[in-house]
Amino acid sequence: MNKIRKAFVKTIPVMAGYLVLGLGFGIVLQNHGYGVFYALIMSVLIYAGSMQFMAINLITAGAGMITVALTTLMVNARHLFYGISMVDKYKDTKPYKPYIIFALTDETYSLVCSDDSLDKKDFFYISLFDHIYWITGSVLGALVGELVPFDFAGVDFALTALFVSIVTDQWIQNKDHMPAIIGILSSVVCLIIFGGANFLIPSMVVITVLLSLLDIIRKRGKANE
Amino acid sequence: MSNTVVLISILIMALVTALIRFIPFFVFGRKKTPAYIEYLGKVLPAAVMGMLVVYCLKDMRFDEYVNFVPGLVGVILTVIVQALKRNPIYSILAGTIIYMILLRVI
Repeated sequence: MNKIRKAFVKTIPVMAGYLVLGLGFGIVLQNHGYGVFYALIMSVLIYAGSMQFMAINLITAGAGMITVALTTLMVNARHLFYGISMVDKYKDTKPYKPYIIFALTDETYSLVCSDDSLDKKDFFYISLFDHIYWITGSVLGALVGELVPFDFAGVDFALTALFVSIVTDQWIQNKDHMPAIIGILSSVVCLIIFGGANFLIPSMVVITVLLSLLDIIRKRGKANE
Repeated sequence: MSNTVVLISILIMALVTALIRFIPFFVFGRKKTPAYIEYLGKVLPAAVMGMLVVYCLKDMRFDEYVNFVPGLVGVILTVIVQALKRNPIYSILAGTIIYMILLRVI
């Protein structure tokens, strides 16, 4: 019970973001002629926010299977990063391991990546709750979205704010600020060069190279001391 | 598209997404984690969260106030409240509410 409570409190910010984004996804999907059934299977099986919005375009455009596969690969490539940095933390998490790897979205990653107090049950409940919020939001959106009288414009900023709050926390906690600086600056430079649609993959390459160089330079510095 | 084709497309997207999430664990998760991956595991979270913030703000335009002031003020307020209160609920609420207000009044 305590674990469930802990996971719920920790996932409240994601709940706000996912319910609203999911709602938005369900409404757009419904407007393109695909109802509750599609919202449900997409959110259960794909479970990747930006990819699912992209999926609506692909489906309505009648994209071929190879295009579908390649687009998914490009849009979700950043998840490789999450996996690499969770290999160690998710090492001994049986029997939850397959599910928590499957459910490792941007938002779930942001909650589990920097909190050392979490064990495998926490990982599981956090992943499950986030998944449920996303499914609930998208099904509700497909079902009744257009009937909701409230103007939701801007509520999805909650996810941006979630990431900003985590960056702030990590900045205060970590003595080493270089990884955060490298992450932000590399992404800004790549955004300016490659544009909003294409900057994630170059950013990941640049970040990996710079972090590796940082490690080499620091090891040399220590060896010379 | 026929329903069958749509369903197959959804399955492909699901499979590729899952594959991307599982690959690092298949490649590096077998035996003892290599030192390099362990190092990346330590430094990547801070770098990646920075990248995600930039990703969220990528559509900001500096042509008209409404296209960047709400986002900028929202981010700054979130940072300040988080630094003072150290509780994401307060900082996210503060940032999101000011963002929604500014979006409507500018």
